[in-house]
Amino acid sequence: MKKFLMPALAMAVALTAGSVAAKADVLDKVKEKGVLVVGVKTDYKPFGFRSPDGSIIGIEPELAADVAKRLKVKLELVPVISSNRMEFLKQGKIDLMIATMSDKPERREQVQFIEPLYYSDAVNILMSKKVKVTAWKQLKDAPICGSTGTFYNKPVESEYGAKIVAFDGTEKPLAALKQGNCVGFLYDQSLVQAKLTEPEWSADYAMPLPSIMETPWAMAVAKGEDRFAKFMSDVTKDWMKSGAIVALEKKYGIAPTAYSQRMHAQFK
Amino acid sequence: MLAEWFRELYRLTGINLTIFTDSFDQALFLRGLGTTVSLSVICLSLSLLIGVLGAWWQASRIPLVRALVKGFVVVFRTTPPLVQIYFFYFGLGAILPRVPNAFGVMQPMVGNTQWAILSLALFAGAFNIEIFRSGIEAVPRSTIEAAESLGFSRSLIFFDVVLPLAFRVCLPALNNNLVNLVKTTTLAYAIAVPETLYAAQQIWTDASNVPEMMTVLLITYVALVGVLVAAVRRIEAKLAIPGGMR
Repeated sequence: MKKFLMPALAMAVALTAGSVAAKADVLDKVKEKGVLVVGVKTDYKPFGFRSPDGSIIGIEPELAADVAKRLKVKLELVPVISSNRMEFLKQGKIDLMIATMSDKPERREQVQFIEPLYYSDAVNILMSKKVKVTAWKQLKDAPICGSTGTFYNKPVESEYGAKIVAFDGTEKPLAALKQGNCVGFLYDQSLVQAKLTEPEWSADYAMPLPSIMETPWAMAVAKGEDRFAKFMSDVTKDWMKSGAIVALEKKYGIAPTAYSQRMHAQFK
Repeated sequence: MLAEWFRELYRLTGINLTIFTDSFDQALFLRGLGTTVSLSVICLSLSLLIGVLGAWWQASRIPLVRALVKGFVVVFRTTPPLVQIYFFYFGLGAILPRVPNAFGVMQPMVGNTQWAILSLALFAGAFNIEIFRSGIEAVPRSTIEAAESLGFSRSLIFFDVVLPLAFRVCLPALNNNLVNLVKTTTLAYAIAVPETLYAAQQIWTDASNVPEMMTVLLITYVALVGVLVAAVRRIEAKLAIPGGMR
C-alpha cells in the first residue's frame, strides 16, 4: 500500500506544481515589466485621495509604494471604486488591490485575500464635545444621528438605548448633527476620523468612545497567484511588526485603531 | 401561537414577517403605526382649521389679509411637500433659537416631529382653503341675502349659514385631500420621524425582508385610508340635507 501511495503522492505534488508553474506568475510579470500596478481608492480620505496637484496620496498609496520598493520596481496607481475593484483584479488591469475592501465571504470566493488582514474599520460616533461620555452604556436616550440602511443602527439602539435618528446618506445626518438635532453621528469609524481631520469638525466634535463592531479590510490579488499572495502576506506581517500602519495613521492625522495597535503588539 | 405560525411560514415558504416573530421589530412597527395615526389625526385637524380660517379670511374686506391668504395658498400648492419638509427642518430649523438638552448640546426648539406636523398641516391646509372656497361659492347668493335681511352679522353668516352648507358641497373633494394627507405623512420619513415607513425601513435593513415589508406597508395604508374614507362617508350620509341644498 505504502509503495503505491508514495509515488501517487509524488505525482500529485508534481502535477499541482506543474499547473502553478504553467500559469503566468504575476510576480514574474511585474519584475519583467518593472512596474507594479496597484488599484487604490481616490475618494476615501485619508486612505486614498487626490492631493491638490491631482496625484493620488494617502495611507493605501503609501503601502503600495512600499510594496513596489520591496520588489524594486516602479509603482503605478490605478483609481478604483468599490464596484469595479474586483473586476480590475480578475481582468489583470491591476496586480494588487489595496482599496478599503471589507472582508465578506462572497468576496473571498472571487479574489485571493492576503492574510493577515491589513486593517480594520469599526463603528464609532462623531460626538459633540459638550457630551461627556466614556462608555456606550451612557448613551441611554441620547439622540444620535445615523444613516439609514446601516447594519449597526439597530444594535446600538437595542443594546445601549440610544435614540437613532436616521437620514438617507451621510450629508443630511451631518447637517442635522451640526444643527443640534442630535448629539452625535453613528457611522464607520474611518469616516468619523476623516471628518475629525477637517478643522470644520475638529473644533467642536471628537470621538470619545472606544470603537465597536470591527470589520477587517483585506488587500487582494487575483485567484491562483499564490506566490504573490505569500509575498504580500510576509510584507503585511512585516508592516505589523515594524508598526508601519500605526505610523501611517499618525502621519495622516487619525488615531491608531484598536486593530492596528493590537496587530502591532502581536507581531512585535 | 401567532408567532409560531409565522415562524413556520418562514421555514416553509421563506416569507419572513419579523413583525410577528420578533418582539423588537413588532414594537418598532406598532410604534410606527401609532405615530402615523397620531400624525394623520393632528395634521388632519390642523389642516381643516387652516382651511376654514383661510377660506374665511379669503373673503375678508381687508385687502392685505386677502393677499396674504392668496400668497400662502400659492406657495404651498406649488411646492412639493418633500421640499417643504426639508426646507422647514434643515432651512428654517438652522435659524431658530436653540435650548440646551439633557446632554448639554444646544438643540433647536422645534423637533423633527413638530416640523413634520407643521409642514404637512400647512400643505394640506392650502388645498383645503381652495376646497372650502369652491364650497362657499356654491352657496346660493339668495341664501346669504336671506340671512343678511334677518340681521345676521358677517361672521355669523359665514359660520352659521355659509360654512355648514359649503361643508356639505365640498365633502367629496375634502375627502380626496385628506386621503392624500394620510399618504403624504410617509414623507416625514425624510426627516427621521419614526412613522410606519421609517419603522419598516429599519426592519428591512436588519432582516433583509424588503418585499415582505413593502407588502405590509401597502396593506397598512389601504387599511388606514379605508378607515378614513368610511368615516367621511358616514359624516356625509349624516349631514345630507333631504331633497338637496337648493
